[in-house]
Amino acid sequence: MKPTLIFRAALVALAAVWFAASGTNAGTVTIVTSFPKELTQAYKTAFEQAHPDIKLEILNKNTIQGIAYVRELPVGQRPDIFWASAPDAFEVLAGLKLLENVAELANKAAPAKVGNYPINNPQGLYLGQALAGYGLMWNTRYLAAHKLPVPRQWSELVKPVYFGHLAMSSPSRSGTTHLTVETLLQGEGWDKGWTQLLQIAGNSAAITERSFGVPDGVNNGQFGIGLVIDFFGLAGKYSGFPVDFHYPDVTAVVPANIGLVAGGKNPAEARRFIAFSVSADGQALLLDPKISRLPILPPEAMPGKIPAGYPNAFEIAKRAKVRFDADLSESRYNVVSSLFDQTITFRHKDLQAATGAIRNAESALAKKPNAQAAALLKQARDLAFLPVVGVGLAGDKNFLALFSANKKEAAVNKQVTGLEDRWNAHAKDNYARAKALADQALGMIR
Amino acid sequence: MRPGAWLAGAAVLAFLLLFFVLPVARVFVTAFLDGDGSPTLGHLMTFFAQGLMRESFFNSLYVALMSALFAALIAVPLAYFTVRFEFRGAILIQTLGVLPLIMPPFVGAVAMQLMFGRSGSLNLLLNQYFGFTLPIMEGLNGVIFVEAIHYFPFILMNLTVALRNIDGAMEEAALNLGCRGWRLFWRVIFPLAAPGFVAGASLVFVKVFDDLGTPLVLGQTNLLAPQAYLRITQVGLEDPLGYVISVIMIVFSIAAMALAAQALKGRDYATLQKGGAGVQRRRLSGLGALAAYGWIGSVLLIVLSPHLGVLLLSFASVWSFSPLPDAYTLAHYATVFQDSSGMIRNTLLYCGLAAAIDVLLGVTVAYLILRTALPARQWLDWIATASLAVPGIVLAIGYLRLYKGMLVPGTEILVTSSWVMIMLAYAVRRLPYALRSCVAALQQLHASLEEVAETLGATKLRTIRRVVVPLMAGGILAGFVTSFITAAVELSATILLVSAESQAPMSYGIYLYMQSVAGRGPGAALGVLAIAVVALGTYFTHWVIERTDRPIASRTAAVRNWERL
Repeated sequence: MKPTLIFRAALVALAAVWFAASGTNAGTVTIVTSFPKELTQAYKTAFEQAHPDIKLEILNKNTIQGIAYVRELPVGQRPDIFWASAPDAFEVLAGLKLLENVAELANKAAPAKVGNYPINNPQGLYLGQALAGYGLMWNTRYLAAHKLPVPRQWSELVKPVYFGHLAMSSPSRSGTTHLTVETLLQGEGWDKGWTQLLQIAGNSAAITERSFGVPDGVNNGQFGIGLVIDFFGLAGKYSGFPVDFHYPDVTAVVPANIGLVAGGKNPAEARRFIAFSVSADGQALLLDPKISRLPILPPEAMPGKIPAGYPNAFEIAKRAKVRFDADLSESRYNVVSSLFDQTITFRHKDLQAATGAIRNAESALAKKPNAQAAALLKQARDLAFLPVVGVGLAGDKNFLALFSANKKEAAVNKQVTGLEDRWNAHAKDNYARAKALADQALGMIR
Repeated sequence: MRPGAWLAGAAVLAFLLLFFVLPVARVFVTAFLDGDGSPTLGHLMTFFAQGLMRESFFNSLYVALMSALFAALIAVPLAYFTVRFEFRGAILIQTLGVLPLIMPPFVGAVAMQLMFGRSGSLNLLLNQYFGFTLPIMEGLNGVIFVEAIHYFPFILMNLTVALRNIDGAMEEAALNLGCRGWRLFWRVIFPLAAPGFVAGASLVFVKVFDDLGTPLVLGQTNLLAPQAYLRITQVGLEDPLGYVISVIMIVFSIAAMALAAQALKGRDYATLQKGGAGVQRRRLSGLGALAAYGWIGSVLLIVLSPHLGVLLLSFASVWSFSPLPDAYTLAHYATVFQDSSGMIRNTLLYCGLAAAIDVLLGVTVAYLILRTALPARQWLDWIATASLAVPGIVLAIGYLRLYKGMLVPGTEILVTSSWVMIMLAYAVRRLPYALRSCVAALQQLHASLEEVAETLGATKLRTIRRVVVPLMAGGILAGFVTSFITAAVELSATILLVSAESQAPMSYGIYLYMQSVAGRGPGAALGVLAIAVVALGTYFTHWVIERTDRPIASRTAAVRNWERL
């Protein structure tokens, strides 16, 4: 082997492609998005047909890497448009002054609010482009094989029959999961909401790292039931998988957004794409079975386009019990994420074990009542399913301020991680004790 | 000391500084800065104060050790039987044995779940016929299982080369003295091949210690790499603790590699005669042959089942909660060929160049370490190896920050938007693989061969070119192949550095498809193509080497003949 040969070949290849590389042409709009290819492809095709002089360059990055990518590029070299689901990503970009005002591009035919959630950012920094609700998705073959009933509400998921059959993601990983968790907390109240979350998580087979991990696992049958954003469930169903989807009463409908990046290469033509994406033509593209997202326009604004039986976001929002409070969500954003991770994600094995032991003892108790065991079991449930941070502390302004302070300050970081460490240790200890108590109760019954 | 050594050392150091140390330092400095920019050790202290971090550290250590152990259990018999015995299909087995390394991201995990998961083919069948299931993919053991079958080729490749390089006379001498079977293996062959084994096993250890994808896909968060990643990538939060964890992982990885180097130090593994022609391959007895074939067959079946899963998935229309897909289709391949052909070219280009750079640097560093007295030469090795522990996303952010706003000379293109950055990221991230192979190869080469060449009047450079490099060819090839095929499935840095779809490699395309329900099939199809392309690339490399090897072989023979005189 002669490395010199390879090296020479490498140099030649390097030089050749270096010169062949060309800059971005004028008339090109670059879009950073976390949306899947079939969605972006549909928009690219339709838009380029309507505007033959403009080319769309789609750059798919997940939301987190998308933000990092945009902020590390210098002014004038940035992509033009940011297009993603999670509203918090746009809040981060807005905080970094990376978004331009696009209020005048909004479609006037769209209502101001869905439920009580504003469709477009009130400051005009980003626009709602599609609507999404949260719900339950299940694999029909899996449920049949394991003889499980179809759930309709979150509260049913805490039932013992579902132990080990559920899956969800974590609010720190996925903006959509954060919304689901926050919706549940607002709908049921802090303490009751956490109790429900802890039981659902205890019944879960996995807390997936990516939000797409949940629908993917339900589609291929690893999980029976998943907590997902609607289009994941609907797209699976319409693509022929044995899955179905349902909106529970405690749900919230919120927009996925599109915004203009400050310091992009081609803002004028980028604005035309944003206007197109919220126009009636652009909205109709959402109805493709493979995409299955809900338009921001009410059905009467899109006559004859909506297939029969297609969910109506505005009806669901009307029916929904939760009036989603975005300010409340914002104020405790990091606390919810951190508490979930420290007591659920990172302690999932222990929580599962405790839940399993409690469910075992419960079913034994149902067959053979025993007062003493019932008392032990109640203790076990309180230990396992009550949040380590009560409603009192969760409403405390100083406490919340700590979590939105700059973690680069060593002192702040020490305080926060100290708290997190205590939650983690506390949860671990609670779950171990709950398991011991439940096992003890089971022993008494037998 | 000759100026050549200084020059070579400086060149390697410059490369490492520009494309690895400085970009990464640019990011890691956050771990040691207070809010106002003054230096602090406060963040480091918070690491040690957290119970979860200590737990993660020991979990990582446990998983890495066990994975290395199981990987060795798979790899050592495969290597030993195919090299030292007359074995049908040895080449095939060794080629198949490399395949697990080329498991594209996401697709691999999906396929593993489809085969071994809770409702995977195996468990569905077990449940149907025997009424029980195996929790193979659960907990830390699941991680160990997947890591071991993913990374054992590191040991296989390095050990194979090392076994081939053993002087056949050693084995013959042992046999003549009555040493056979296990005793021959443990007392003579294995110790002589130790550099290759340690090179492979330490790679497996460090790789698993720093691996992120597998634990995350299996839902295991209480390991160091996931803990760092989860903190670095939380939306809108800059959390220095993530970088602290990364720094600690780097320090630990370097320490582990240094320990491995220490274990080999002070012993001499070099043999004068290179193996191959010298070794008499032995025959297996009837029962032994049966056991060997049986063992190898079942190992290959397990380690290749993910590939089978990907293949099935790429032809499946719907595959859900059943041992096999409902129906088959070619549509996914049509989709992929329609819009992803440029990606194949990009993958070949980037990975080929990156692997070439790696081999060049690897040979240089190996030579500097083992054959010169350049001060602090060991540091080159340690720095290069440290890149194993740097998460791809950190390296990519470092590039974007360090080279922010810089233009490619003579053009309007940003340095960070050019594909060269992707290629360099691959080269840096895969350098340790090539380096380990090259070091192991040179360790087994006796310095007297070079001394002879120099005594005969050859210059240092000529000696390296005509004697050292040809005799290291096996190790260099192993290094090139490992770098190439693992770069082909690199994702984390790729996602961040791709700035136009036209410059995207296949790994990015697979990621793109695997984001949606409708993309699973095309994603798997592209995965199959990636495996095929990389396998062909590997084969082609072998072929090229074989052709250029012929004169070398005759030269080696000449050296040997000359030795006998």
